[in-house]
Amino acid sequence: MTLDNLIDITGVRHAYRTASGPLPVLDGLELSVPEGGFVAVVGPSGCGKSTLTRLIAGLLIPDQGEVRVHGTRITAPRANVGMAFQNPVLLEWRTILQNVLLPLEIVPTKLSKAQGEDRARKLLALVGLEGFENKRPSELSGGMKQRASLCRALIHAPEVLILDEPFGALDAFTREDLWQIMHRVKAEEPFTGVLITHDLRESIFLADQVVVLSGRPARTQYVLDIPDTGLRTLDHLYTPEAATMLNTLRHQIEVAQGRVPAEASA
Amino acid sequence: MTARQVYVPVAALLIFLVAWEALVWVMGWPTFKMAAPSDLPPAYAKYWELFLTMGWQTLWRTVAGLLLAVVFGTALGMVMGFSRTMRDALYPLLVGFNAVPKATVVPIVALMFVGWHDFNTVLIAFMISFFPIAVSVSIGLSTLEPEYRDILRSLGASQSTIFWKIALPKTLPEFFGALKVSVTLAFIGTNLMEIVSPHGRGLGALFDSGKTNSDYPLMFAVLIALALLGILLYYIVVALEKTFAGWADRSNL
Repeated sequence: MTLDNLIDITGVRHAYRTASGPLPVLDGLELSVPEGGFVAVVGPSGCGKSTLTRLIAGLLIPDQGEVRVHGTRITAPRANVGMAFQNPVLLEWRTILQNVLLPLEIVPTKLSKAQGEDRARKLLALVGLEGFENKRPSELSGGMKQRASLCRALIHAPEVLILDEPFGALDAFTREDLWQIMHRVKAEEPFTGVLITHDLRESIFLADQVVVLSGRPARTQYVLDIPDTGLRTLDHLYTPEAATMLNTLRHQIEVAQGRVPAEASA
Repeated sequence: MTARQVYVPVAALLIFLVAWEALVWVMGWPTFKMAAPSDLPPAYAKYWELFLTMGWQTLWRTVAGLLLAVVFGTALGMVMGFSRTMRDALYPLLVGFNAVPKATVVPIVALMFVGWHDFNTVLIAFMISFFPIAVSVSIGLSTLEPEYRDILRSLGASQSTIFWKIALPKTLPEFFGALKVSVTLAFIGTNLMEIVSPHGRGLGALFDSGKTNSDYPLMFAVLIALALLGILLYYIVVALEKTFAGWADRSNL
């Protein structure tokens, strides 16, 4: 464990207790995210990616191994985490602005009510939702809801932003829009992020490191560093370098799914 | 409220009354078979004092039973919504209890608490109307998507914060849906007791006296008065729903 890392997951094993005995989901999971880093986690369906997010958020304590944030072992939820899911889970009875402000009603904050509102308006403007502050979630499209959900995850300036397939249910064009918005947000509101995704293009476009998990029970199977090419544009996804990375990742997923023997990956 | 929202229901009501009057007139029915709307005003004029006092008795006991049902039904729904064990334990009991026809419970209650007329009536109104509320609150709470909980729990929110900020408001549309059913059920409960138990109070007793005295227009007049009270309470619930759960209404989108 190095001090440079904000998140350190070492030797994590976890099993869910089911009626037919324990169901191991994670076995030998290792993951490190440096401060300001953005790690994408990919892997076959049902391999335990969402379990990983719950571990980092402190919603779940692993059977073995440890999860540390800032060197502190996580044993319970801590207020310094922001979460966004595939389902935007906005509260229908609140306006967009009130939805974004929700975390400030729970975590201890130094911001006054007016300062909090200013910050919420600033975040909403950053993701292109200026003018929608007083709308209800039901009046927004799926992509807009997801952007509002992102603002809610960031309002309390969390140390760790956990994104669990946040763009999974969106159409391809909206998704690409949101990828670019993510880069803009990261530039303005630096965070340390963990992104769970099924989309390999999304992983190399957004993250600076992609971690491939094996099939269940999941361990860290492969780590791919994405070279820092500055503010990435969608054009980068159509370069030979991107194609090579995508091929490597696709192959690793096939190994994880058990379709290709592991030896072939050498 | 737009003009359309007023004249459409009023027009429907007038068409209903005309059709009723026409039916009785065409069939040539005597009042003991079926009274016509035109037979009712004389009945109201003759007994208006009784209608006011007994209508009030029926109304307040129904509302009291309904309030009890809301408190108890919500509490029971919360217990069943949050605990799987309690849900498994209580559902069969609750369904069994609800399957017992309340008309059969009325004489039992009347004997059990003989002389406690108000209490008996409120009790039956309560017993008949809490079931939909308990079921809807429990379903509303138990079907809350886990992500809603996770969003707040990951910030360190307590169970009670999650309940007040998310679970309770999210259940309100289901709650009001059930309350609309319970309003009419509570009236049935009140009147069952008023008709069966001979304490001479409430519109049910007025109905019974109409029957005893072969005053058929009076019986129909009581039914219409009950319908009006039911509509009144129903719209009070609708107004409350608009205030507290208006966000769930998508009809304007």
